[in-house]
Parts: sequence; structure tokens; C-alpha cells
Amino acid sequence: MTARVGVITFPGSLDDGDAARAIRLSGAEPVALWHGSHDLEGVDALVLPGGFSYGDYLRAGAIAALAPIMAEVKDAAAKGMPVLGICNGFQMLVEAHLLPGGLIRNAHQQFIRRDQRLRVENATTAWTSDYEAGQEIVIPLKNADGGYIASESELDRLEGEGLVALRYLGVNPNGSLRDIAGITNERGNVVGLMPHPEHAVEPGFGPDTSVAMRSGVDGLAFFTSAIAAVAASVA
Amino acid sequence: MPTIVVDVMPKAELLDPQGKAVSGALDRLGVEEFTGVRIGKRFELTVDGEVTDEVLATARRIADEILSNAVIEDVVGIEVVE
Repeated sequence: MTARVGVITFPGSLDDGDAARAIRLSGAEPVALWHGSHDLEGVDALVLPGGFSYGDYLRAGAIAALAPIMAEVKDAAAKGMPVLGICNGFQMLVEAHLLPGGLIRNAHQQFIRRDQRLRVENATTAWTSDYEAGQEIVIPLKNADGGYIASESELDRLEGEGLVALRYLGVNPNGSLRDIAGITNERGNVVGLMPHPEHAVEPGFGPDTSVAMRSGVDGLAFFTSAIAAVAASVA
Repeated sequence: MPTIVVDVMPKAELLDPQGKAVSGALDRLGVEEFTGVRIGKRFELTVDGEVTDEVLATARRIADEILSNAVIEDVVGIEVVE
């Protein structure tokens, strides 16, 4: 069985094409979904892609979080479907209360684009199980509103329950509290992160590595992890 | 036509990068009277007819649920302006 992974396009989404490509390269079938629909078309997993939905008006991800299809996304997430929010998709997940905390303007007030070193803190989620706990990876980061914040008690809870999925290493690029780059829900099926795994999936188009320029494919395991999670849930 | 004005500010304990940028610009211009700048949002909700308790309750609800995000912002005022 080939897993079918939906990618939802919102007005202002930019990385939906790249997310679909990453899904295809990792061995699943990408399914294009539309924000204005109420139909998930029977997909096995979902990606909310990066971009600037609704021009980041109101708050980044806030208006997209109210889109018609988000009702179905919430239902599917509650039933355990793997859901990944990348960058603007992460902002949508916090605005939709599928993940805790919030994302605010980068502390240095500027848009930032860099190949970012991360540590996989939780390798048991639906989107990180093909990594080793503590594994260091490099994938691109590009955002203006990437500062992760939550109350001190919420941050302590996230740390205590192992819900910090990914942490920035070396440089904290946006002022995120406790260097948090990505988090998961308790069940491990909903994951959001600011960096972009879908831009590091094919040799020649990823970050530079010590082996060769643009050869980094550290993002691929996000998608293969979800495919494995789907296969395990069907078996 | 009555208007309901909703004011939203970033939480006091949070860094406000926009306000900090403006504050820095004022410093460079030599404006020294102000020790800080914080930037929030003002929403104007126009109402066709009377602002009943029900209309006001709806305004309060959307102020909390949509116009602001309680994790990062506070609704600091809801006021009816004729």
C-alpha cells in the first residue's frame, strides 16, 4: 500500500509544491488539498506547508487556522492522524490550538534564511521516528515570525513531558525560548517546526554538507517516519 | 453608525520587537522624552443598528477568540464609539 499524504494549499502558501515533492521522493503519494474544502480525500497523513497565508494578516497563521478544512484537520488530528506543520503550518497549528504556545516576530526583527543545525530531542513522534534521539541534522530555516514562546510553566511542562521535538543548535536564529525549534503533542501525531525539512530531501538541492555542496537530505526522515507510522497503523 | 473599538496589546512581559525598533529609531533621532514604545492593534467593528448587550457579547467573544491570541496578547479595551 502506498501511503497518501495530503498537502493543504492556503491562499499565500509557498512551499506546498516542495512538500508534495518531498512526499513523493520519500515513497508516498502526495494529494493536493484545498483550504476552502471540507474533504481530506481519504489521506493517511497531512502536511500544512510553509508560506505567508493571508499575508500574515492579524497574526501569522491566524486566519488560515479558521479555514473550512481546519475543522476536518482537527478531527483527524484528534483521531491520531499524523499532521505536520512546517513554518507557516506550525503557526497555523498553534493558532488552531492543536499545539501549545505561540510564535512571534523574530527577536532581531528581521527575516532570516540559513541552513540550521538542529537536535532531534524526541525521536518517538510520527514524524521523527526515523531519526535517533539526540541526532544532529541540518535543514533550511527561513522565517520572520519564528520566535517560539509560551509561559514558563508551559515550557517546563513541554520539557518535562518530552514534548520538545527539535531544538536549535549553535545559533538561536529567532529568539525562541529554550531554543525550541519544534514541538509535538502528547500523542506524538501532531508535530510543528519552523525549519523546513521539505527543502532537504534531494541531493543537489539541499544544504551543503562536508561531503558535497547542496547534498544534504536530512529532512527526508520526517516524511519516511510518517509513512512508517501510517503503515504501522494499518498493519 | 456605531463602532466597537477593540484594542489588543502584546503581553507586557513579552519582547515587542516592533516597539523596540521604533524606540531605537527615536533614540537615533535624539528624541529622549520617551523611555519605551510598545505597538498594539486597534480593531474597529462597525455595527448597522443598535449595540445591544448581545452584540457587545459577540464582540467580546471574537476579541478573545479571534482578534487576539491569549498566549501572546491581551485585549486591553472594548469600547463603543458613536
